Amino acid sequence: MALADRPARPRLDPWQDVNVEPFVRIEGVTRTYGDVYAVDNVSLEIYRGEFFSLLGSSGCGKTTLLRMLAGFEQPTDGKLFIDGVDVTGVPPYERPVNMMFQSYALFPHMNVEKNVAFGLKQERLPRQEIRDRVAAALDLVKMDAYGRRKPDQLSGGQQQRVALARALVKRPKLLLLDEPLGALDKKLREHTQFELVNIQEKLGITFIMVTHDQEEAMTMSTRMAVMNEGLIVQVGTPAYIYEYPATRFIAEFVGAANVLEGRVLGTEDDLLRIYCEELNAELLIQHNRPMEPGAPVAVSLRPEKVLMTERTDLEPGVNRIHGTVAEIGYLGDISIYHVRTAGGRMVQAQLTNRNRVENPGPTWDQAVTLHWMPANGVVLEA
Amino acid sequence: MRDPTAAPQYQGLLVRVWRWLAGLVFWSRVQGIARTLRGRMLVALVPTLWLLLFFLVPFLLVFKISLAESVLAQPPFTAIMHWSGEALLELRLNLANYLLLLEDTLYISAYLNSIRIAAISSVFTLLVGYPMALGIARARNTARLILLMLVILPFWTSFLIRVYAWIGILKNNGLLNNLLLTLGLIKQPLPMLHSDFAVFVGIVYSYLPFMVLPLYSTLVKIDQSLIEAAEDLGCRPLSAFWKVIFPLSLPGVTAGTMLVFIPAVGEFVIPDLLGGPDSLMIGKILWSEFFTNRDWPVASAIAVVMLLFLVVPMVIFQRSQEKALDEDGRGRR
Repeated sequence: MALADRPARPRLDPWQDVNVEPFVRIEGVTRTYGDVYAVDNVSLEIYRGEFFSLLGSSGCGKTTLLRMLAGFEQPTDGKLFIDGVDVTGVPPYERPVNMMFQSYALFPHMNVEKNVAFGLKQERLPRQEIRDRVAAALDLVKMDAYGRRKPDQLSGGQQQRVALARALVKRPKLLLLDEPLGALDKKLREHTQFELVNIQEKLGITFIMVTHDQEEAMTMSTRMAVMNEGLIVQVGTPAYIYEYPATRFIAEFVGAANVLEGRVLGTEDDLLRIYCEELNAELLIQHNRPMEPGAPVAVSLRPEKVLMTERTDLEPGVNRIHGTVAEIGYLGDISIYHVRTAGGRMVQAQLTNRNRVENPGPTWDQAVTLHWMPANGVVLEA
Repeated sequence: MRDPTAAPQYQGLLVRVWRWLAGLVFWSRVQGIARTLRGRMLVALVPTLWLLLFFLVPFLLVFKISLAESVLAQPPFTAIMHWSGEALLELRLNLANYLLLLEDTLYISAYLNSIRIAAISSVFTLLVGYPMALGIARARNTARLILLMLVILPFWTSFLIRVYAWIGILKNNGLLNNLLLTLGLIKQPLPMLHSDFAVFVGIVYSYLPFMVLPLYSTLVKIDQSLIEAAEDLGCRPLSAFWKVIFPLSLPGVTAGTMLVFIPAVGEFVIPDLLGGPDSLMIGKILWSEFFTNRDWPVASAIAVVMLLFLVVPMVIFQRSQEKALDEDGRGRR
């Protein structure tokens, strides 16, 4: 057979390729305020061209970490490298980094053009070049018709675009975005998410975004780091984090999850046999590491991976339990079912509403059977 | 079966109740409108009356006196209107007082000197007040309140006493000279009192709160992230100040400067107590025309001209206030 027919080896993503140097390196960075650890010994490597998200609820330290990268805060301990250069202690105006502020921070006394030109004027570039680059940046964010307007004459979405143009026009090596879409309404936010990703891919600039919205992080990022109480809990691609949550916190913070607790009964090949007291049932969950019998274990089951049938003639058994529908949340595309199992424990399941209302699926108080495949559950580390 | 006559009766009652209710609503609306109109007029009436009574009427009286002639009598000026013969009202307007102001260089130089001293003092007050206001605006909440209190605190003592206190500090064997002598910085006491310098010190000290408070109120509103944005875009802290903070604080700068400049032009107490014999200020001239020369018409003419001089800065002040209010309104939207 012709070797040429064989598909080329898939290109490795930079974070999988040991030969690629990280572009941003955060080494054991700690930031304390009094005795509060806002950021606690965080290490992170971000690669060139990534759209990286720092995800977490408010007060988890994600913004402090971003502000340390921008230079507005100095780490109490640890080092920051950008493109191989140690920038710890370098003031913001000397970093090859620009930031898009949550409040946009547009200068109210300058019109749109002057706002965008501000950073270039600091570099003392020739006037013609400034004019061309400002025009190109405004064109990129489709704000070229608004150059003479003052910020207070623009809508929130337009201000957001100007803020983006102002940060991008300096051609930073790294663009930091602090909740860039937080002030926009839902429709505009969804639209802007894709636009932002398009711009990032077009320019190839590395983006680091802070957000508390897990959907936003998952839609936009190449990889994300989930933070909690100043620590990074897990780093990975959105799909990896969603499908393989490391801890109970991640399983519950990113998407919805049924977290079931039990004890290990034994290991069979790559499967773990678990007894779950809450469900009074045996579970069989895929897990590549053998565990000691008797060890406590927690399992995450995503609602969309729990299958539900109206048949009740099936015997309860491994990964198969009986219950009755307690609550139904109708969301249009899907419905979320809260099913009360025999042991009293509620389990969430999700149905796609493929049929229209004539055939609505199980209703309240109806007896149902829940079941799932061993590969659909994940054993949590903590 | 329903009684067919019951329905109209029932409806009739409904209609009556409805009309009564509608009438009630209508009447209460009318009353409400009348009330708000009356309220609005009342609100505008109080300041209008105040200005009529305490500004316009006294001004017209002064203006009338400025057109009269000085006489040795009680009151010390002639009436400008009097009846002569039958149904003949004579109006004698004497413009000599105004001509005197133009002819005698004393008055013109006093006006110019007042404006010069007021302008220089305003600049110094701005230079002292701006860093203070910036410091207060940047301070933490609790410290901010204390610092604002400290700015206002001198008002609790009489203005006159505070100006007298400066005599004690500035005189030849006063606090400052003694301090400098003991430190060995000077061999002989500096003649600081009774000079323009003392007047500047007095005005800067007395009017400082009027500069600091409007400046503080504009500076405290400026979003801190604007400075960070400027630094992020490559500005050093000092240039971020000049390019972002200072332009945004300009309404405060004009307001503060005008609040110092306008009263400083007509200031009498400070140049009288601290100034030298040759530091001519129009307030002092006005005082001596009134009380030493007892020439009320000339003194009134001086006052009228001074007001005309001050109309320009007052209009500037008014404009800047309106602009600031306008921007506030837009910011809130």
